[in-house]
Amino acid sequence: MLTIANLSITFTQYDQGLRRKQLAVISDLDLSVQAGELVAVVGASGSGKSLLAHALLGILPANAQLTGTMEFQGAPLTPERCQALRGSAIALVPQSVGYLDPLMTVGRQVQRVGQLNGLPAGPAKTLMKRTFNRYDLPAQTPRRYPFQLSGGMARRVLVSTAVVTQADLVIADEPTPGLHPDVVTETLNHLRELAQAGRGVILITHDIDAALQVADRVAVFYAGTTVEIAAAQDFGTGNLRHPYTQALWRSLPQNEFVAVSGNQPSPENLPPGCLFSDRCPQVTTECHQARPEFRFVRQGWVRCIHAES
Amino acid sequence: MQLRRILVFTTQKLLRLGLLLLAVAIFTFVLLSLSPIDPVQAYIGADMMQISPEQRQLIAERWGLDQPMLLRFGDWLGQLAQGNWGTSMVFNQPVGAVIASRFSLSVQMLAIAWLLSGLLGLGLGIVAGALAGTWIDRAIRLYAYTLASSPTFWVALLLLIVFSVSLKVTPICCAAPPGQLAADVTFWQHLHHLLLPALTLSIIGVASITLHTRQKLIDVLHSDYVLFARAQGESLWGVIHHHGLRNLILPALTLQFASLSELFGGAVLVEQVFAYPGLGEATVQAALRSDIPLLVGIVFFSALFVYTGNTLADLAYPLIDPRIRLGG
Repeated sequence: MLTIANLSITFTQYDQGLRRKQLAVISDLDLSVQAGELVAVVGASGSGKSLLAHALLGILPANAQLTGTMEFQGAPLTPERCQALRGSAIALVPQSVGYLDPLMTVGRQVQRVGQLNGLPAGPAKTLMKRTFNRYDLPAQTPRRYPFQLSGGMARRVLVSTAVVTQADLVIADEPTPGLHPDVVTETLNHLRELAQAGRGVILITHDIDAALQVADRVAVFYAGTTVEIAAAQDFGTGNLRHPYTQALWRSLPQNEFVAVSGNQPSPENLPPGCLFSDRCPQVTTECHQARPEFRFVRQGWVRCIHAES
Repeated sequence: MQLRRILVFTTQKLLRLGLLLLAVAIFTFVLLSLSPIDPVQAYIGADMMQISPEQRQLIAERWGLDQPMLLRFGDWLGQLAQGNWGTSMVFNQPVGAVIASRFSLSVQMLAIAWLLSGLLGLGLGIVAGALAGTWIDRAIRLYAYTLASSPTFWVALLLLIVFSVSLKVTPICCAAPPGQLAADVTFWQHLHHLLLPALTLSIIGVASITLHTRQKLIDVLHSDYVLFARAQGESLWGVIHHHGLRNLILPALTLQFASLSELFGGAVLVEQVFAYPGLGEATVQAALRSDIPLLVGIVFFSALFVYTGNTLADLAYPLIDPRIRLGG
C-alpha cells in the first residue's frame, strides 16, 4: 500500500548572514507498509521518525526539500496528492493532548474530523458518539475540554480522531511516552485493532518493547536512514542483521542492559560512509568508503555490508 | 460555591477600586495644592478687582485655607464622600450634572470608535497573520505602524481637512448644526456629526489590536494543534475559522478593554479638534480656565471609567476560556 524508497529530506537554513546551509535530516530512507499490517518505526530521537510522518502528510515546513519516491496505493505521493489525501486516506494519531485545540470541546473536535471527511454535521456527531462509546469513554466526554482529560482518556480520544476517518493508513506518532503501562498496552491494542480492520498502521516510537508487543514488522531508523527492516519475531530469535539493531536489543533492561557508546551523527556532519561506522564494533575500512546499499538478507532488509545470509 | 466566588470577586474588586480612588484623591489634592492656582481667585474670577484683601482673607478663613494640608484634605475628602462635588465655574452647573451631560455625548463616540477599532483591527490582524510575509501583510503592517506613530490631533486635523474642508461630506464642528435647538436635532444629524470624530478615534485604535492579533494568529498557526488540524485536511481558512478565532479572541478582547484608557485620552484631543462638546472637550476647558471642581470630578470619573474597562476584561476571561471557568 505504501512504499517509500531512497527518501531524503534536506532543510535549507540560513547560517551566518546570507550563507545557506543544507541539513540532510533524512537520507536514503526506505519503508513499506501493507494493508492490515502494523509496522513499527523505532529509533532514537533525531533519527527522522516524526519527519517521516510529516512528509507523508505533506505538512513539512516550507524550507524542506524532498527527493526519492513515496508511493501510496500505486501512485506517487505528490504534494497535491498529499493535500487531497491527508485526513481522509492518511490519518495521524498525534503524540499528546497538546495537539488538540485547548479551547474546543473534544467532541466538537472529533466531530469536525468527521465533517472534514465529507459527513454532514448530524451523522458526524453520531459517529463521534459511537466511536467514543466503543472506546468506553464516559458519556460526558464529548463536552470535556482537552485539559480535563486523564492520560488514558486523552489517548482514546486521539485514537478516535483517526477512527472516524476512513483512512487506509494511520500514522501513530509516539503515542505512548509517559503513560501508565496499562494505558500503553490499551493504546497499542487499539492500534492493533485498526490493523486487523484492514488498515495499514505505522507506529512511530522509541520504545522497542512497545513496538514488539504489537508490530508485524519493525523498521529501525538511525540518523535519518533505515538501517534494518525485520519481522517482530526476529528480535526474540536473534535473527537480527544490523549491528545497531543488535545493540538496541542488547540495551534493553531484560537483556544485557548495555548501551552503545557514542552518539548519533548530527545532520550537519554525516560521515561519507556507513552512518553507524563510528560506533560499530564490526567496522572495517570498507565501511568508511561508501553508504551501504539496502539489501534483502534472511527475509529482511538491511543496510550493512557485513550482514551475512 | 459559585455564589461565594462571585462574592469574593466583588469584594476584592470594590476594595481595589476604593484604594485606587483614594490614591487618585491624594495625588489630585497634593498636585492641585501645589499648583499656582489660587482657589479664591479661581472662585471669584473677574470680580477679583472689586474685593479687598480683608474680604479675601475672610473667604480663605471661611474655607479653611489657613489650615494645614492634612486637615484640608480630610475636610475635602469628607465633602466628596457626601456627594458634594462642587459647582463647575465654567459651566455654572453642579459638577455631576456637567459630567453626566458631557459624557452622554462622548460615550456614543467612544462606543462607535471602540467597536469599529476592535472589529477592524481584528479583521486586519487576521488577514495580515494568515498571509504573513506577503505584500498584503506588509501593507497592513505599514499602515498600523504609521498610525501607531502619528499623533492623534494630527490625524484628526488631516481628516478634518480632507472630509470637511475639501470634500465637504462631514460637518466641520460640534454635535449638531449650529443654531439649532437640541430638541430639534434628528438622529441622522446627530450621527452625521458623530461620524468623523468616532472614525478618527477608531483609526488610531486599530493599530495596536491589528499588530497584536497578527502576532497571536502567527503563534496559533505554528502551534501543534494547528499542525494536527492541517493533518486532518483542514484548510488555512478552515483552521482560522475553527481554531484561530477562539484562541485569538481572548487576548484581543483583553487588549480592547484595556485600550479604553487610550481611547479616553484620545477623545480629549479629538473632541478638541472637532469642537465636539463631549467630556474630553470639557476637560480641556476645565484645565485651561482653572475650573478645579470640574477637573477633579473628571479625574475621578476617568479613573472609574478605565477601572470598569479592566474589570470587564477580567469578567470576559472565564466566559471565553474554559480553562479558567472550569478550573484545571
